[in-house]
Amino acid sequence: MRAIGIILAGGNNKRMRELSHKRAIAAMPVAGSYRSIDFALSNMSNSHIQKVAVFTQYNSRSLNEHLSSSKWWDFGRKQGGLFVFTPTITAENSNWYMGTADALYQNLNFLKSSHEPYVVIAAGDGVYKLDYNKVLEYHIEKKADITVVCKEMAQSENLERFGLIKTNDDGRIIEFEEKPMVATSSLASTGIYIIRRRQLIELVERCAQEDRYDFVNDILIRYKNLKRIYAYRMEGYWSNISTVDAYFKTNMDFLKPEVRDYFFKQYPDVYSKVDDNPPAKYNPGALVRNSLVSSGCIINGQVENSVLFKKAYIGNNCVVKNSIILNDIYIGDNTYIENCIVESRDTIRANTNHVGEPGNIKIVIEKNDRYVL
Amino acid sequence: MIKKEMIAMLLAGGQGSRLGVLTSHVAKPAVAFGGKYRIIDFPLSNCINSGVDTVGVLTQYQPLRLNTHIGIGIPWDLDRNIGGVTVLPPYEKSGNSEWYTGTANAIYQNIEYIDNYNPDYVLILSGDHIYKMDYEVMLDFHKSNNADITIAAMPVPIEEASRFGVVITDEKNRITEFEEKPEKPRSNLASMGIYIFSWPVLREALIRMKDEPGCDFGKHIIPYCHGRGDRVFAYEYNGYWKDVGTLASYWEANMELIDIIPVFNLYEEFWRIYTKSDILPPQYISADSHVERCIIGEGTEVYGNVYNSVIGSGVVIEKGAEIRDSIIMQGCVIGEGTRVNKAIIAENVKVGTGSQIGVGEYAPSKLNPKVYSFDLVTIGENSSIPGGVIIGKNTAIAGLTEAEDYPEGHLASGEYIIKAGGTR
Repeated sequence: MRAIGIILAGGNNKRMRELSHKRAIAAMPVAGSYRSIDFALSNMSNSHIQKVAVFTQYNSRSLNEHLSSSKWWDFGRKQGGLFVFTPTITAENSNWYMGTADALYQNLNFLKSSHEPYVVIAAGDGVYKLDYNKVLEYHIEKKADITVVCKEMAQSENLERFGLIKTNDDGRIIEFEEKPMVATSSLASTGIYIIRRRQLIELVERCAQEDRYDFVNDILIRYKNLKRIYAYRMEGYWSNISTVDAYFKTNMDFLKPEVRDYFFKQYPDVYSKVDDNPPAKYNPGALVRNSLVSSGCIINGQVENSVLFKKAYIGNNCVVKNSIILNDIYIGDNTYIENCIVESRDTIRANTNHVGEPGNIKIVIEKNDRYVL
Repeated sequence: MIKKEMIAMLLAGGQGSRLGVLTSHVAKPAVAFGGKYRIIDFPLSNCINSGVDTVGVLTQYQPLRLNTHIGIGIPWDLDRNIGGVTVLPPYEKSGNSEWYTGTANAIYQNIEYIDNYNPDYVLILSGDHIYKMDYEVMLDFHKSNNADITIAAMPVPIEEASRFGVVITDEKNRITEFEEKPEKPRSNLASMGIYIFSWPVLREALIRMKDEPGCDFGKHIIPYCHGRGDRVFAYEYNGYWKDVGTLASYWEANMELIDIIPVFNLYEEFWRIYTKSDILPPQYISADSHVERCIIGEGTEVYGNVYNSVIGSGVVIEKGAEIRDSIIMQGCVIGEGTRVNKAIIAENVKVGTGSQIGVGEYAPSKLNPKVYSFDLVTIGENSSIPGGVIIGKNTAIAGLTEAEDYPEGHLASGEYIIKAGGTR
């Protein structure tokens, strides 16, 4: 493909509550075996983008660990490759990334030294499949300066957390409101953009001169009457996981056969780091209903309508209902968990109760030491 | 200059004919094991975990699956700048080309490969055992005894020793005598087919014995070295070790993984077993399934009931199907309402709806009583079984079978169907 990829994976927000303490949103585990950024990375790989940069900033240890090898997404190549850019102190600059446009500006050399004519910018918190080539075709056909990938959202969604867009009949964006107080459109920006590389360099340099730092506010919204900014409406599943409710719902969506079929069985595949866990094990007393179970799990109790991530241990007589158990969790005997997200690498004591409510999911963090025999 | 202290040579060329239809299209080391692995993963993982980073894999029989599985060795971290894994098939020479005629002959034909790495020691492994072993400890033992050859041996119950090659040692573990399948064993130390040789000793012996037809380690090389007075030691190993060379031992070894705390534990953090795994999604267990005493691989979807079984990855077990005491390898589909009892079903087998597999009483096999002598149903890879048929015990099926192949919808115990074709 005639584009380089950039994944903006620096962010976090309060609406992830305690889940944000540990990691950037892009590193959040999703659907049992993946992390959020895998979807953008796999889409780039499957769209034949060879050179991808990931911009990280907020608590990137977990993300860096996940990206420690580029081979899982087939980026370990002589031509191109996977680059991880964290803010660095230079002679000219000693600030963190002050915004998405600033992150691009601070890595301007990456843009300048590439030779591909286009840039695909994607967020690290979207769960979706998309062939960016189709967006690029649209971008060229519309002679657009910037193309924003959009998704028509259901009215039941909390629309106010998105950037909402109105277009004219040709698809050109005439209105763009970032996280409006009152939603007047249900067409949401997915945070995926295509732009000509030279155009991007020019816009980002201008932003920097004017002390502006945000890609959405200072480029998309500010330039919408000057530049040809088009909306590409994507089909298929798209979900943004950046609130606890959305994160919970996205994981639960994978219990639906059509969602599993779309992501797991239809071409192309989604790739992730291989962990070399043994297969899941069901001991006597296990009773698993309508649940996803990942590799390395050992189940002795009851699991219902839940997603178990890798290496979850469910003790005897436990009940886990409508919950998400993240990686490497040990749950002691006789414990009851309902409507919860159990944060990763924790040990939950025996005989405890954790009960949240639908719509008000409890995040369980006990931080106990694991008893090691 | 290239120098490796010890390199491994992994013998993976055998058919493993005692696994019947399971190995009619793949070499035994490439047969699936434990819901996710292939047999060869165990010695390969042992190598890398022991710090042996140069492994020659000798292939001959049906090597396609092995080749694609091993690739350049990425899953085992055996993709190295120097060394790593190399697949070594037999090759044509300017004169006197031949297949690998025996275990030692295969090594003889690859002396050049070994010389490349200039090793002090060569570790000889076979690709059909399930175990975890630190070869570095064995090498330390070899060195501290100033040995020429060290043979790994494990104690077995004395009444079973007559099935093995046993070694008789002195008080310093030096081997004084060998007995191959003795009627009255004088020792219970069985050879495990794992050897460390000091390379100059082995090299000399291989060249000296090169004209021996079917030159074999157990039959020729070791007796020859022992006969000329080389220092041959037995390294006693006391962990889990299983030769999965027969259908019964293969089935048992799989079933042992299901125990609450298995003797051979794959869930320990230390000494991981690596494999090439391409399917990543988690498995799905539906709202009306019951799954107990099982291990199940990634990406499998269960809509029926599974008890006491080992299920591979990417399997679909449809509604109302019931699996008991069975091994189902990756990519199989078990149709609605089908009942499977004590069966080994190899990869990508499609079973129709409402069939019953493994019913009735045991009867001796009409195909090959030496191979099929247990009450297991064995179904070869890429086979298909129609819906609505009844299949007896100790049966073997391979190929695309249709309803007409089953007289009155029934395959009696001890019978077999071997047909051409496959599901892929």
